[in-house]
Amino acid sequence: MDIKHIAKLARLDLTGEEEKTYGEQLGSLLAYVDTLQELDTRDVPELQHAMEVTNVFREDAVEGCEPDVRERALANFSKRKNDLLQVQGVFDV
Amino acid sequence: MTIASAKQLLQSGEQTAEGLVSDCLERIQEQNKELNALLWVSETALEEARELDRRREAGEEIGPLGGIPIVIKDNILVKGWPNQSASQILEGHRSAYDATVIERLRRAGAVLIGCANMDEFAMGSSTESSHFGATKNPWDTLRVPGGSSGGSAAAVAAGFVPAALGSDTGGSIRQPASLCGVVGLKPTYGRVSRFGLMAMASSLDQIGPITRTVEDAALVMQAMEGKDPRDATSVELTQTTSPELITDSLKGVKIGIPDEYVLDGMDETIKQLVMDAVAQLKKAGAKIEHISMPHTKYALAAYYVLMPCEASSNLGRYDGLRFGYHSLGDTLEKTYARSRGEGFGSEVKRRILLGSFALSAGYYDAYYRKALQVRTLIKRDFDEALKRVDAIVTPTSPSVAWPIGEKFGDPLTMYLSDIYTITANLATVPAMSIPCGFSQGLPVGMQIMGRPFDEHTLYRIGMSYQHVTDWHTRTP
Repeated sequence: MDIKHIAKLARLDLTGEEEKTYGEQLGSLLAYVDTLQELDTRDVPELQHAMEVTNVFREDAVEGCEPDVRERALANFSKRKNDLLQVQGVFDV
Repeated sequence: MTIASAKQLLQSGEQTAEGLVSDCLERIQEQNKELNALLWVSETALEEARELDRRREAGEEIGPLGGIPIVIKDNILVKGWPNQSASQILEGHRSAYDATVIERLRRAGAVLIGCANMDEFAMGSSTESSHFGATKNPWDTLRVPGGSSGGSAAAVAAGFVPAALGSDTGGSIRQPASLCGVVGLKPTYGRVSRFGLMAMASSLDQIGPITRTVEDAALVMQAMEGKDPRDATSVELTQTTSPELITDSLKGVKIGIPDEYVLDGMDETIKQLVMDAVAQLKKAGAKIEHISMPHTKYALAAYYVLMPCEASSNLGRYDGLRFGYHSLGDTLEKTYARSRGEGFGSEVKRRILLGSFALSAGYYDAYYRKALQVRTLIKRDFDEALKRVDAIVTPTSPSVAWPIGEKFGDPLTMYLSDIYTITANLATVPAMSIPCGFSQGLPVGMQIMGRPFDEHTLYRIGMSYQHVTDWHTRTP
């Protein structure tokens, strides 16, 4: 497994030490998980949903958010400009 | 102290809600420093209890859990509480709203005491992966309480509170309940709303109670179960919990013992204690049958594909920007990677990597798809077995509580401690652990699993057992 590539996909900075340890540990976990390949699962459907539920719809309407809940959510932002989350630029300009 | 006995004291006027809560806070003050079961204690609990007393004196109905102190696992949101899922990445986070279960417990009159320690983001079987240090087992403080709801189980076992909420994705309520000698119930998937529970693996997670008695577990479930429009997977219940309707006669109840749940090298005393418990159930009128669940041995492998896949996706929301820990990099992408790399602990990073790998291009069919197919086979094992029997009894854990540090460096050995509990999550069925004896002075639990939404049969079996045994009355 290419740990560096996976860590990049997962947006995780790893130290050199971590890359080595995880590489080894994930190797042995994957070897264990490979026991699944013993089973013949041709024609077995995937259990995609835990419950036999179908889509649950509601009206596409704006529902109010309690001002208190809203203010508490905003208070958790790392950096804000009024009621907006302030982040670094996404595009090079 | 149980919920049922506290209710009696409140009704007879021998005790007040304020008295119950202040006793509870005193025990926490005395013992929590050593046990590290709670991460934070509410400053308003006593005032809330006094308010309940005032309302009751004024003749108001204060609800079925009126005045009962309850501890909440740190991954369940309570408005204004510093919920962090025991992770550094949520440093400084304050919850903006109440989880549905919290709204419902408050409506039932419960007094919420504080946040219980847990494995970081509920990933672990020992509560050692908490950013705030391990919780100690009240029966032997050199040993783990199990996990991930180890703080909740330890708080009930130590007598801080009569009840706590936990969450269970692969055994995180039942295994610590077993290792701490208390009752833990993972409800059927869909019975309890997950709204406000920090998601780990959304197709497996359920919130449930940890208590001393089966009756108390039913009382908590009655208050918090049921459909919630904010969790689309919650289900309209056709049979709600009625603690007063639980009978302890087991006449006509068929219990299956799966041959596949006896492992090579498992603790002989645990095996014997569970078989003794089964003999008790037989005496109470149950019919015992041996059954086979042939795909059991693949369950752990399937689980360790599905759970990390779902977790790696769910934990994408921790971006270091919208809440919690923030570590600035040169670019936005570097800020994400730095915040996550520094903020998450080692077990969480391991599972995110495993899940990201299994879902990455070229591996999806071999891992994720295969595991979903095996999940179907495991569900079919349960469907078949539960046509023949009404419930399935197994040990909850293959071992008693182990010394702190013993398994922490070895992920696969740690994962194997969930071997009996993960099948119920994969198959979505309800499962409960109840104390059934002691091995080397440490508690042992038996697990009872049943048909989807038939928690009633689990309560019946558990209550019948607790009427003729006294394991649940022992305290550390």
